[in-house]
Amino acid sequence: MIWGVLQFPGSCDERDALNACEVVGDEARLVWHEDRTLGGGVDGVVVPGGFSYGDYLRAGAIARFSPAMEAVAELAATGGPVLGICNGFQVLCEAGLLPGALLRNEELRFVCKQADLLDDQGNVLSIPLKHGEGRFYAPEEMLDRLEANGQVAYRYADGHNANGSVRDIAGVRNERGNVVGLMPHPEHAVDPLTGSTDGRKVFEALEKFA
Amino acid sequence: MKARVLIRPKEGILDPQGKAVERALPALGFEGIGNVHVGRMVELEAENPERLAELCEKLLANPLIEDYEIQPL
Repeated sequence: MIWGVLQFPGSCDERDALNACEVVGDEARLVWHEDRTLGGGVDGVVVPGGFSYGDYLRAGAIARFSPAMEAVAELAATGGPVLGICNGFQVLCEAGLLPGALLRNEELRFVCKQADLLDDQGNVLSIPLKHGEGRFYAPEEMLDRLEANGQVAYRYADGHNANGSVRDIAGVRNERGNVVGLMPHPEHAVDPLTGSTDGRKVFEALEKFA
Repeated sequence: MKARVLIRPKEGILDPQGKAVERALPALGFEGIGNVHVGRMVELEAENPERLAELCEKLLANPLIEDYEIQPL
């Protein structure tokens, strides 16, 4: 499959995302935020980490209005895979493609560390996280619904919830399952050189939607 | 129309900024101040003030986590 990796002014993890797509055996190319289409052949999207549009107002609030995001919404609506990482997760929540919101970390500090995540297949994934606004929040009744629908994609393992996210939620998916967002950075965990290759599983889990 | 939009965290949502400010106050000699919340203020001039609420819902505030209040100036 071919991934399109969005690039906003202020994105900083798009190169690692490109690399991660290639490491798992897919093709990948950059998609500029002003592009109205994803380009021929692109059948999946990564919305990468960084500080799109300076994170002004709220993280992800401005980026959701970029032309490329309309193309992302169309792809999501047709069931194509969309992966939002960190700032990309914030963008997808702001765009209404994923439920919930990301708030300032409980301790008001930027956190940067390796964390253990649990996916819903029972795997423990060691993946780095680095963010200042990663506290997942949704109202109680929405959380109950997400859990009942199996929409909690990733949780922090015991003692690894570094931002105060409700119910240890690190990542969620839409009802259909083709749109996934998470705060930790799987694209930084694909090469043994950096300590873990568990991030590959996050990309591979979405390939079936292409 | 000139207007001011006040945006504040919804009641019941953990507001660590407010808490941090609150905790700093006694050290500065300000006793008896509680329930501190930190929000945002946006000032603007609108040609179509009737669309201000829509603007707040779509961009200035995230209705899931924030309340807003439009004050004409």
